Amino acid sequence: MARIGVFTCWCGENIARNVDVEKVAEAIGKLPHVRCSVAYKYMCSDPGQAIMREKIVSEGLTGVVVASCSPHMHLKTFRKAAESEGLNPYVVEMANIREHCSWVHHNKEDATRKAIDLVRMSVAKVLRNHALDPIRVPVTKRALVIGGGVAGIQAALDIADAGHEVVLVERDPSIGGKMAGLSETFPTLDCSQCILTPRMVDVGQHPNIKLHTYSEVEAVDGYLGNFKVTIRKKARYVDMDKCTGCGICWNACPSKKNLSEFDFGMGTRKAIYVPFPQAVPARPVIDANACIKLTKDKCGLCEKKCPAGAINFDDQDELITEEIGAVVVATGYKLYDIGKEQQNDKLAGYGEYGYGKYKDVIDSLQFERIVSASGPTVGEIQRPSDGKEPKSVVFISCVGSRDNAKGVSYCSKICCMYNAKHTMLYKHKVHDGQAHVFYMDIRAGGKNYDEFVRRAIEQDGAQYHRGRVSKITEENGKLIVRGVDTLAGVPVTVEADLVVLAAAMRPADGVEQLAQKLNVGYDEFGFLSESHPKLRPIETNAAGVFVCGACQGPKDIPESVAQASAAAGKVMMMFSRKELTREPEVACVNEQNCAACFACARACPFNAIEQAEIRDRNGNLVKRTARVNPGLCMGCGTCVAICPSKSVDLEGFTEQQIYAQVESLV
Amino acid sequence: MDIGYYPGCALHGSSNDYEMSVRACLEVLGVQLREVDDWICCGATAAHSLNQKLAVALPARNLALAECQGMQDLLAPCPMCSMELIKANQAISADAKLKKEMAEIVELKVEGKVSVLNLIQIFQQVGLDRIKELAVKSLDEFKPACYYGCLLTRPPEALQFDDCEQPSSMETLLEGLGAAPIDWNYKTECCGAGMTMSNEDTVLDLSHKILTNAADHGANCLVVACPMCHVNLDMKQADIDRRYNVQHDMVVYYLSDLVGFALGLDEQRLGVNRHFVAKH
Repeated sequence: MARIGVFTCWCGENIARNVDVEKVAEAIGKLPHVRCSVAYKYMCSDPGQAIMREKIVSEGLTGVVVASCSPHMHLKTFRKAAESEGLNPYVVEMANIREHCSWVHHNKEDATRKAIDLVRMSVAKVLRNHALDPIRVPVTKRALVIGGGVAGIQAALDIADAGHEVVLVERDPSIGGKMAGLSETFPTLDCSQCILTPRMVDVGQHPNIKLHTYSEVEAVDGYLGNFKVTIRKKARYVDMDKCTGCGICWNACPSKKNLSEFDFGMGTRKAIYVPFPQAVPARPVIDANACIKLTKDKCGLCEKKCPAGAINFDDQDELITEEIGAVVVATGYKLYDIGKEQQNDKLAGYGEYGYGKYKDVIDSLQFERIVSASGPTVGEIQRPSDGKEPKSVVFISCVGSRDNAKGVSYCSKICCMYNAKHTMLYKHKVHDGQAHVFYMDIRAGGKNYDEFVRRAIEQDGAQYHRGRVSKITEENGKLIVRGVDTLAGVPVTVEADLVVLAAAMRPADGVEQLAQKLNVGYDEFGFLSESHPKLRPIETNAAGVFVCGACQGPKDIPESVAQASAAAGKVMMMFSRKELTREPEVACVNEQNCAACFACARACPFNAIEQAEIRDRNGNLVKRTARVNPGLCMGCGTCVAICPSKSVDLEGFTEQQIYAQVESLV
Repeated sequence: MDIGYYPGCALHGSSNDYEMSVRACLEVLGVQLREVDDWICCGATAAHSLNQKLAVALPARNLALAECQGMQDLLAPCPMCSMELIKANQAISADAKLKKEMAEIVELKVEGKVSVLNLIQIFQQVGLDRIKELAVKSLDEFKPACYYGCLLTRPPEALQFDDCEQPSSMETLLEGLGAAPIDWNYKTECCGAGMTMSNEDTVLDLSHKILTNAADHGANCLVVACPMCHVNLDMKQADIDRRYNVQHDMVVYYLSDLVGFALGLDEQRLGVNRHFVAKH
């Protein structure tokens, strides 16, 4: 015989203003099986919980309904309170009479009637609840970090320093990401390489970090705490164990004119190369498309000269698997491809800036390489067309950002700051030069950020024009930049030697495919979706997968690093437990009834449904059936809706419970 | 090839040299033009700056006429006309309510199904290979600056023709016929257009810049596909010369003039002898 207790909350004025809570309590008290029905001002407070606990004992309750706010808010609170009196937490239900009722209705009489309906439905449901046990899964205390930029490096080092193993996968031949190529960083103008390269060395030497560079994640299987990750190690043509990084090979290589990815095409590299001298690992890789031996079967100079015999032209891609407990995604960003054919044809445009047509129109990352001491010009500011020192440079903000017609709607967040930085770095090197900035707004929120922009304007004399540039043309070796100053209300024409376009920040290539492998959501721009924008900014909707850095949205270095440490913290929290528990409200297949059509398996967004076989004791196949992996199931209920034979049910939300709720309403 | 033809006001008025040129040229190429019977003004800038409904209704009437006269493709050599027709086409086919309303206003059924083409697109439909077959003369004496103006490629979301900021379709055509088009900076800048009536200073300034830039980049002629551009750059050239105390001496051809030369047509047939700036 069920004995249900119902506890209705006033929520101070929040509920009581529009719902007659005493009337609700009284009406519900008359329902069959309801042993007690109480109203109290704050059910979630200590005395409120005490009332509930006392009633559970004195009335010998077998089920509890709390009529108050959203279960997102306090379901855990009340379940914990019930558990402390020996009741299974999953026989506690909530009726949301605040967000779903008092907050959205004004007529008290109607709202009270609706509140009674809502509570009655919950009573009907709780009568059919049964005890559930949390799912326990073991945890492999080993983390995978995808992406070796500053965010990935930070996350990997934090986790490794806490004593856990880390597998770090990087697509490029070296870790370091975009930050390794930057000149100096805002708002302090400290050298990017000086702060990053020691961290890169730490990664390379850390006993707990297994580094796979020139590698990509091929497939992800398994679930929270128990992932199996397949990694493709791309053919490097250099034996990492034999190679000493002496450099004889790349000095000998005759294939010289390959554009350097690290220099964003501003410099060249050999066919066998390390991307930059401080690369980690400091081992070369052969570009198979540029190598004369691999393309024409001639040359082979590097192989002949290598004293360690490390060159292997027969190298093949290799697939390896790693067992992993948690994943941190830190795949970073790329710049909007200005004026090029875009994959997404909505993002085409800016032909008026002549990027790709005029050599002296470059993007911001290319400018970073020109001012960087490690760049192709060794830090001398020279324009690409003729190597002359530019005496007038125009920086254009928001190329692609905040532009619904040709670009993306969002603000890329970091461009205002790096534009200011660029004008300063330029002025510090070219004292008689003049920097101009065309901007829409200056967005410099952050510690010491606005002061930094003011310095660029007031001390280093950057000319800021509030307005857009309409066209760039080239005449007699000068770039004619035509724009408008909307504050002065006049058209502005600047004769520039160099133009730098602050292109929008977009997620790195391939992130959508990776997100699909990991079952992580992403937005229309391809940025990975966090679980909650405020309270769960690191977690994703895939349990055990965390995000940090610019793959989640435009971010600067300090923010990326902070988020990376937060992600590492979340991983360490997971690894601090012997086993992980998950909510037991997952799907469950009635294997007797299952017709093995596997419609559910195809519909499941989390790949949580497997094909299983039932065999008799002699090993003969009795039947095939769908089976839910409770480690993977997120309890969304898609399979329940799609099953043609009604063989799947969701624990805690069974069809019986839901029909009972509906029935109690009509 | 049989094709609908919407001359618009300019080609029957101030720019009838353009019509002569287009007709002569297309005749040789075997394109028969069927003029829309009873056509009216497209509305041009006047309509869309004053009355949104009128700006759709005027071109809609012409589209409806073309439809009921069985035309599938419609040549509108004036870019202003083709832009207005295309915009009306798109508005009508996207909005059933508007379609119904327009049918009532223009007193004809209108579906928005006619495909409106500019002059370059007609040449593209004939095909460069076919034009080359029929050509009797190379254009190698010409170093044209191809001038698209504002409207041949804009607004890009409506026209979807060529790269709106760095177009190249005229160059491709003329290069194929032996000319050596130059690369320059004012391809898609404005010539001042209808300002020629109300604010001549602006027109003289803008057109002067266009002519100067073309010459600076080594052009020996300008090529346009717009009657308004031709007026400002050719007819007004004497005024520009006077105002800025220069001697531009820049011949301004319609695209069909140059194609016509390649096809062996003379200046009289193409109406080139009626241009203001003559070739020396």
